[in-house]
Amino acid sequence: MKRFAQCVSIILVMVMLCGWAAADTLEEVRKKGFIQAGVNGDIFGFGKPDEKGVWQGLDVDTARAIAAAVFGNADKVKYTPVTAKTRFTALQSGEVDVLTRNCTQTLTRDTAMGLDFCQVNFYDGQGFMVPKKLGIKSAKELNGATVCVLPGTTTELNAADYFRSNNMKMKPVVIENTAELYKAYFAGRCDCITSDTSQLAGNRAVAPNPADHILLPEIISKEPLAPAVRHGDNKWKDIVHYAVLAMIEAEELGVTSKNVDDMLKTSDPKIQRFLGVTPGNGEALGLDEKFAYNIVKQVGNYGEIFERNVGVNTPLKLERGLNALWTKGGLMYSPPFN
Amino acid sequence: MNQPHPHVSTQPVSAVRPPVTSVGPIGWIKQNLFSNWFNSLLTILTLYLLWKIVPPFLRWAFVDSRWYSDGAACREADGACWSVVGRNIRFMIFGFFPHDQQWRPLLAMLILVGLLFYSRNRKHWKKSLAYAWFAGLVIMGLMMQGGIFGLTEVESTQWGGLPLTLLLAVFGLTAAHPLGVLLALGRQSRMPAIKALSIAYIELIRGVPLISLLFMSSIVFPLFLPEGVTINKIVRAQVAMILFTAAYIAEVVRGGLQGMPKGQYEAAESLGLNYIQTMRLVILPQALKIVIPPTVSILISAFKDTSLVVIIALYDLLKTTQSMLTDPQWMGFSTEAYIFIALIYLICCFFMSNYSRRLERELNVSR
Repeated sequence: MKRFAQCVSIILVMVMLCGWAAADTLEEVRKKGFIQAGVNGDIFGFGKPDEKGVWQGLDVDTARAIAAAVFGNADKVKYTPVTAKTRFTALQSGEVDVLTRNCTQTLTRDTAMGLDFCQVNFYDGQGFMVPKKLGIKSAKELNGATVCVLPGTTTELNAADYFRSNNMKMKPVVIENTAELYKAYFAGRCDCITSDTSQLAGNRAVAPNPADHILLPEIISKEPLAPAVRHGDNKWKDIVHYAVLAMIEAEELGVTSKNVDDMLKTSDPKIQRFLGVTPGNGEALGLDEKFAYNIVKQVGNYGEIFERNVGVNTPLKLERGLNALWTKGGLMYSPPFN
Repeated sequence: MNQPHPHVSTQPVSAVRPPVTSVGPIGWIKQNLFSNWFNSLLTILTLYLLWKIVPPFLRWAFVDSRWYSDGAACREADGACWSVVGRNIRFMIFGFFPHDQQWRPLLAMLILVGLLFYSRNRKHWKKSLAYAWFAGLVIMGLMMQGGIFGLTEVESTQWGGLPLTLLLAVFGLTAAHPLGVLLALGRQSRMPAIKALSIAYIELIRGVPLISLLFMSSIVFPLFLPEGVTINKIVRAQVAMILFTAAYIAEVVRGGLQGMPKGQYEAAESLGLNYIQTMRLVILPQALKIVIPPTVSILISAFKDTSLVVIIALYDLLKTTQSMLTDPQWMGFSTEAYIFIALIYLICCFFMSNYSRRLERELNVSR
């Protein structure tokens, strides 16, 4: 029996290794002519179909940027909506080529789960929202509060950890469905609600009276949301990684989808290298020299996609915050493109 | 003696009408609603509750409601926001199907509904109906998939909404029923291997919830496939649902088979019919007729179970609705949207149970 189990496990490991060793995602993607991207499907501003069934969002634009880099055409993406439970299997089994689905990068996922995370495309963090009339200015004053929270997520755990480490008591009100959760909070069912700040802000924007609610300044967790690929396919990982970085670098260089054609004529060597006027980058990645030009031209730089999907002029009304460029006090920082 | 008796009236006395309180609507009310103090109390209580519930509901649903506005206008109104359905109906019904091509799934659905309606009448059950179904299925497939005759190709990953629900339901049920009958016969079989396999299958599948089967099909199964080979998500879910429903139908049909008197089997044997003939000509027609009510109730619950595919992110009618509700503009109007899809489910299920009653009536002539 023991030997049988050993045999089975050896075979399983070999099958998995063979699978990984054989995988050259770039080659496969080129062969089939499109990128299959795993997306969320339920989060406005990140990955969600609009009323015409067209995919919209920051994660969707990230996938489009990868397609622009590989094919020179941002429309060569097919989207597979995946749930929190099916997302990693979908990637491991090859059902999707890349996961652009607001996944938090963690050590375990990066190692034991056989994934590789690329450049973060959104820095989120868990926060609290309270009604203004409570007069609370800090999360430290929430002792004894009833807290509306989604079950089974790291959110619930983070909130419990935070209350415990500050010697406070919390009464969780657990509601399974996001829409119902916010409905309960706005109906006054709980003293405060905890979730990722991007979500809180988005839901506050559509509250009956948005001005009656404030976000508390404390951010109690780090949620770096990054695209993920299968572990061990470094060539493909580099492409996804630098597709995201190209959008960040473009913003830093001041290249936008509007001025990118003019920028081709610039004398700035940095921009010339970036846009492929001076060749080298594309060849190194195994892509067309114009890959960065195509991304910026067809999708936009990071600032543009941020403002378009989640920025202050959208219902989510998010400030750049941590997602500003490093030159403006944020965390978005790209290594040089040379 | 012709002289009338002075004390006997020759004129018929005009009939005295019963008191108004015991006939007509008043009498009916008195007899049925106020016959004793307990019934009176119940009546008054019910009327009070209706008065409390119905007018506010009508007000909410029809007077204060918004029928075609944007989300902001809805938030200002006190009543229902039916705009959430009106504005998003195309995504709710058709999902990701390309916007300008949505007449195709609409046509496919109309053909399906038309064929179902036509097949309701047993007089139409002739060979021509089989051809009509075949042609209808080919046209439906063509409409959904496209790719020839100048129709743009639409991959099955883009199918969603009501067509997907109907697809999963209709094909799931038509495939599950024969499979269930075979399993029931297998379980009754005298051949030990077939019997054991059938029992193992039925008990195994009935022993796990549908959700776990769906998860197996969408999470575990792909890991066993070689790298690069993926099987369509819809097909995986469809197969899981067929396997699940078949196990339940098998047990219902077994009930019918066991309900057959032994004499029927013996009579068939004494006529020299072989096993297949016995089953086809004598046993199954009777057994399947007995089990119509439980079979239909399983089919109805299987139809509603198709909505469970939301957990593996297939965009059926329920999922497109949920997805639409996460749009900040429409967040919070879940009640209206859910009422709408509940109506769709209700209509479909009512159609099924109505048809089963009719079928029972028609088949019952021999008794």
